[in-house]
Amino acid sequence: MNRPPQPIARGPFGVGRFEPVSFFCTGLTGAATFLILALLAVILGNLFWHGGAGFSPRFIFGSAERDMFDPARAGVGPMVFGTAARVILMTLFVLPVGVATAIYLTEYARSGAPFTRVIRSAVNNLAGVPSIVFGLFGLGFFISAVGGSLDGLLSPDNPKPVWGKPALIWASLTLAVMTLPVVIVATEESLRAIPPGLREASLALGATKLQTILRVVLPQALPGILTGGILAVSRAAGEVAPILFTGAAYYMASLPRALTDQFMDLAYHVFVLSTQAPDIEKSRPILYGTVVVLLLLTFALNVVAILIRTRVRRRLRQLG
Amino acid sequence: MSVHFDQHLDELKQRLLTMASKAATAVDRALRALVEREDDLARQVIAADTELDDLEVAIDELGIQLLSQAPLAGDLRLITVAMKFGQNLERVGDEATTIARRAIELGQEPQLKPYVDIPRMARLALDMLHEALEAFIRHEPARALAVIPRDKEVDALNKQLHRELASYMIERPDTITRCLNLMVISKALERVADHAKNLAEEVVYLYEGRDVRHKLKPAPPPDLAEPAPPSGT
Amino acid sequence: MAVSSPNLKVRAEVPAGASVAEAPELITIERLSLWYGTAPALRDISFGIRERLVTAFIGPSGCGKSTLLRCLNRMNDLIDGVRLTGQVRIAGQDIYAPAVDVIELRRRVGMVFQRSNPFPKSIYDNIAYALRLQGIRRKAELDEIVEKSLRAAALWDEVKDRLHASALGLSGGQQQRLCIARAIAVQPDILLMDEPASALDPIATARIEDLILDLKRDFTIVIVTHNMQQAARISDYTAFFYLGELIEYDTTTRIFTNPARKQTEDYVTGRFG
Repeated sequence: MNRPPQPIARGPFGVGRFEPVSFFCTGLTGAATFLILALLAVILGNLFWHGGAGFSPRFIFGSAERDMFDPARAGVGPMVFGTAARVILMTLFVLPVGVATAIYLTEYARSGAPFTRVIRSAVNNLAGVPSIVFGLFGLGFFISAVGGSLDGLLSPDNPKPVWGKPALIWASLTLAVMTLPVVIVATEESLRAIPPGLREASLALGATKLQTILRVVLPQALPGILTGGILAVSRAAGEVAPILFTGAAYYMASLPRALTDQFMDLAYHVFVLSTQAPDIEKSRPILYGTVVVLLLLTFALNVVAILIRTRVRRRLRQLG
Repeated sequence: MSVHFDQHLDELKQRLLTMASKAATAVDRALRALVEREDDLARQVIAADTELDDLEVAIDELGIQLLSQAPLAGDLRLITVAMKFGQNLERVGDEATTIARRAIELGQEPQLKPYVDIPRMARLALDMLHEALEAFIRHEPARALAVIPRDKEVDALNKQLHRELASYMIERPDTITRCLNLMVISKALERVADHAKNLAEEVVYLYEGRDVRHKLKPAPPPDLAEPAPPSGT
Repeated sequence: MAVSSPNLKVRAEVPAGASVAEAPELITIERLSLWYGTAPALRDISFGIRERLVTAFIGPSGCGKSTLLRCLNRMNDLIDGVRLTGQVRIAGQDIYAPAVDVIELRRRVGMVFQRSNPFPKSIYDNIAYALRLQGIRRKAELDEIVEKSLRAAALWDEVKDRLHASALGLSGGQQQRLCIARAIAVQPDILLMDEPASALDPIATARIEDLILDLKRDFTIVIVTHNMQQAARISDYTAFFYLGELIEYDTTTRIFTNPARKQTEDYVTGRFG
């Protein structure tokens, strides 16, 4: 040692100082959080308050009648079925396509290649399209073009269109196209989160790329994919514009029995109630009640999806 | 390895050079003590041997410490060579002490005859030592290689001297003590030359990475057996 | 190549009578050059790796040793923009020939990575993964191979009671030994190891090194390491690389006690890089 030893302690450390900027930021972010929670509470409270009257099992599950504006006789059972059906069908379409696209973009595509960039910008643009445009798209493409062609092929002599009209399947497909970006992005994120070391390990053992994706990567990415599904469901359940021309019906005497049937829908029913009701004051409870049921249905669908995801996560953590 | 490691390596080399210098000086002074019959000088040589012992220990300690850092290649060879150097030089010091002790004993009796062969052997041995050290300092393995065969010359002188002293002792028994002492001194000088040869072999290993020990020696001639080692005191 | 002098053993154990120079050459690298796009990473490399010995690649960061290692099982194919000239022959066959089945190559040339990368599956499934890919499905057969591999990797005793627990629950050293077990389960001919112990503590490192010395009986091992003493401890041959070039290739003893090139000496004694 060449230097003389310095004294280490220069005195007591003192009490903590008050940092105004820190405090202010904490306060600001806390206030923002509180504000959001408060807004949520107000909205839900308002809904439940007004929709509570007339809320009964008969309301939720009971069938609709022609006179759906009378609180005493209104029921939203068919709408619940319709909404659930279209959301579930949508999920069946959007998950495979979205996941496959995401897998292509992450695992196979070369990052700088023009084709890849085209796909990516297409996905981004798709995300920004207004919902009503999807509705028109569904009408023009699915119903007129695809449905019309199917009718021409399968039942050319039938004057009444079977496929070429608003139907459950077209509404679901339209919603699938709309929520595709959500699923693609969520899947891509979860695929990217998997360390490349795992893929390398698999390939170095003599697995093909496909085997690696199916046996190592996808199982790991499953929670992320399910998250994408949850987001898609939440978004789609409350959308009216895409289903407006493609399958939602004002009134149907019975539940849809085939994919080519139209259906009644909760979100659409809210729209109907608020624009077509002769006596808005009398119908208001139904309106609020329907919204509450829609929220509950969305909530229920999400809970199911979250439970599935939790189980998948737990299984991934524990064993193979 | 770091700068600190290099500094330690330099320190190791310094200790070696110091020790070599002291060892050579010890032999030289012991010879002078013999030739000039200077008992005081001889006693100084004996006393100074502890310095050489201490240096050997110091070199070994530093060497082990450096080895624990797992050095490789040239560094590894330098450290192992340094430790062997230290051992050889310490023994050179011991031989100088032996010569000094015998010189004191010889001083008690009149000189038999003028010393010719023994100083000659001493010069040869010291020169070998000097050359080996120069080869070490100046990174000249060829020079060290040239030292190795010269050991034979000293061996031959030692054998010749032993034969002469042996026949002398037989003819004139009153000279036995002096002759024996001289034989011991001769043997000690032969050993100094051996150590110098060892040093030269180590220097070749250090700079060329090849082990030349025991390879350049021809088969031993089938005549006199080596005399028994002298008693140390 | 110089045969090691019997007095200068760097490793404790050399089988009596076997000379390291007598082992036949299994991998021949001939005038191999590699570019990442336009940047050269390997320049005109030629040497041979001998069978059932441990060969170490050493050199400062960025010298190309890992790149070269990955050429041996064509893992560099996975990187965009990689261009190669020259030949790599394993058992006489050019592995970059168009007709070569890369999947089969990677089964015969296994790899262990710097950071252990067990699958987030059970210990059993990690090892059974590659076996199932090859079509081995019978439980009895899988059980047997899993046990054999774990024993060979010196991991069996520690995990035999929890084969179906997640591999991620193992310690770092255990995970790396699991990766080794996984790699040897398919009985490759060659095992490539890219700094396998660099992320481990000294005790775990020592166990991996012992393991490598045991594995040498059955596999040809190539190991990339930046730890010179490790290379001196476990390898028979060492190749020193610098800036994409092979500077010196010789027995480990020679490289670490008396290298021929000054560059090698400077690197090995830590005076650069």
